Amino acid sequence: MEYKKKEITYTPEQQQDIKKATWLSAIPGLGQFYNKQNFKGLLFLGIFILFIIEMITFGAGAFEGLITLGTVPREDHSLFLLIEGTLQILVTLIFLIFLGVNMMDAHRVAKIKALNPKNVNTTIQATFKNAMDDGFPYLLTIPAYLVMLFAIVFPVLVTLFVAFTNYDFYHIPPATLVDWVGLETFINIFSLNTYRDTFFAVFSWTVIWTLTATTLQLVIGVGTAVVLNQQFIKFKRVFGVVMLLPWAVPAFITILTFSNMFNPSVGAINTQVIPFINSIIPFLEISSISWKVDPFWTKVAIITIQGWLGFPYIYVLTSGILQSIPNDWYEASVIDGASSFQKFRFITLPQIFAVAAPIFVTQYTGNFNNFSMIYLFNEGGPGSVGSGAGSTDILISWIYKLTTGTSPQYNIAAAVTLIISVVVITISMLVFKRTRAFDMED
Amino acid sequence: MAKQKKIRTQKSARAWNKFFTYFYLLLLSVIIIYPLLITVTSAFKGGNVIAFDLSFKADWTLDNFDRLFNNTLYSTWYWNTLKVAVTTMVVQVAAITLAGYAYSRYRFIGRNQSLKFFLIVQMVPTIAALTAFYVMALLVKGLDTHWFLTFIYIGGGIPMNTWLMKGYFDTVPIELDESARLDGAGHIRTFWQIVLPLVRPMLAVQALWAFMAPFGEYMLARFLLRSPENYTVAIGLQTFISNPREQRVTLFAAGAILIAVPIAALFFYLQKHFVSGLTAGGTKG
Repeated sequence: MEYKKKEITYTPEQQQDIKKATWLSAIPGLGQFYNKQNFKGLLFLGIFILFIIEMITFGAGAFEGLITLGTVPREDHSLFLLIEGTLQILVTLIFLIFLGVNMMDAHRVAKIKALNPKNVNTTIQATFKNAMDDGFPYLLTIPAYLVMLFAIVFPVLVTLFVAFTNYDFYHIPPATLVDWVGLETFINIFSLNTYRDTFFAVFSWTVIWTLTATTLQLVIGVGTAVVLNQQFIKFKRVFGVVMLLPWAVPAFITILTFSNMFNPSVGAINTQVIPFINSIIPFLEISSISWKVDPFWTKVAIITIQGWLGFPYIYVLTSGILQSIPNDWYEASVIDGASSFQKFRFITLPQIFAVAAPIFVTQYTGNFNNFSMIYLFNEGGPGSVGSGAGSTDILISWIYKLTTGTSPQYNIAAAVTLIISVVVITISMLVFKRTRAFDMED
Repeated sequence: MAKQKKIRTQKSARAWNKFFTYFYLLLLSVIIIYPLLITVTSAFKGGNVIAFDLSFKADWTLDNFDRLFNNTLYSTWYWNTLKVAVTTMVVQVAAITLAGYAYSRYRFIGRNQSLKFFLIVQMVPTIAALTAFYVMALLVKGLDTHWFLTFIYIGGGIPMNTWLMKGYFDTVPIELDESARLDGAGHIRTFWQIVLPLVRPMLAVQALWAFMAPFGEYMLARFLLRSPENYTVAIGLQTFISNPREQRVTLFAAGAILIAVPIAALFFYLQKHFVSGLTAGGTKG
């Protein structure tokens, strides 16, 4: 519900009262008692005492464990200490938020009380009713927050911490302890020859892959939408359904299907498609291509397949936008003598970008982390660029291999995860800042 | 004379345009249908087929389906995936609907900050936090279990979809709520009886997306599920063709169409709501 700030002047005593209530509730509950809200005060004080007890029995030990990560091998499990410490950080954070809310509440109620003490709810029923009215939106968002806290925020924190430890196949708890090593992991990635070369090889292919595959997707998607939007086309509905098929079929099925088709010895591309092209185009002799064996041709195949897989989404989106462009604009441009290309360049394209630019960007960031495409087609192979990465591995599939291989490098994987996150978030933020996504005043 | 010539060039330009348009559409259609048709036909081919291409000379049979259900763990995988998918769908749709409604209808303290938080969290590629999930799974004994995987699926979809849901709720006029409240309906009744029925199309779309995701997700499932009887279909099907020496392409094809057909059917059934859902949420954020 909305609060409108009114200009009210309080007497010095009243101001003193408000201040007192606010600062008393630095120990939750006391400010509420001062405002004569005994039930609420009791409740808040109870939460405060619970937190203190939790801090003494578990919290202090958890913080200590997070700092030392264990001292006795086999007895202390460094990873569990790390997790428990992270959990305690979250609990403390939640308590601090509660503390802030509680002080704001005392402040607000004290203001109401200063105007007219009768307006303050003191009975249990009134408190409940008030809580139901003001608290309803919070109640609605709690389930989403709880799940997100443990499925997103918590893993992100743990990743952040692991990147600063030496957790790898030499240090597997509980047999050995894991220790904090500061920035060593990051320094290794950028200075040790083996990791540095792999990192830059994988990173540059990741960038090339993201740019080419996504751009291909966008070009085919927008192109198909524009072509299909022409008035004269018959069987529009049939074509429309066909264009949606790559989206309707689960991606892993099509990727595996293509993986079979690009099999160099028995797959359809070498046994059927290339001979067919040779036969219809005179003087053309393409020989069999070593897909999945030669890195270059494997990359070409992967990018092309992603174009196939990803364009329908763009096509659907663009079709929707095209239909919303008023026809008068085109008619006016024809009177001014615009060609079809000019119409496309100066009316259609700007309109598409105006609406869909943020979604286009999510396509780029999505492909940056498109694990399925890379791993299901050829498991990141062929060949190797060192440190377990194959020649078509992108950062995320390299992370997967670092974590699942026979000699796992969890700390390097975590560090690369952080690098990925920083890249993706920075780009998204730049774009969202420029568009209107951050405007909440609807 | 000049005018006639202009008309003639215009006419031929139009004819060329027509030609290229249909050529493009037909070519693209062939490129789309060809791989799918290979999979569909392969599923019904008997004997020891190794080649994966389009040919209609074969012993047509249903053997592959028979083998799929009797000689492999396919039905177990299917059942596992259904369990995960339905749980993900129910919990996620419930959570995002409640949260989306709150963000659309109430102006509460911390609203804007937490909306921004959702937007930023949505960009984090959580799926890459494999090490963290591994360590967490060790602690709560979640390795090789479905509940842990389901939980991460649910969480991963919440931020983005809450935004989309909020965008859709915003399209329902707030006057409806206000008049319901004037007539004496409480918070819950306004939500349940007035607003919720109006966002049913978006609910259907969200449910479909949440349901489809576990069918296609490979990385986390492959990482967390260790024993074959716990696999989801995506991992299971891959085992049919991952061994270069023993590629059971016809078995793979049979398993693939049993997944693709129902999902594609659901997809086309709900497809008309997609665009409105995409643009309602997409254009605003």
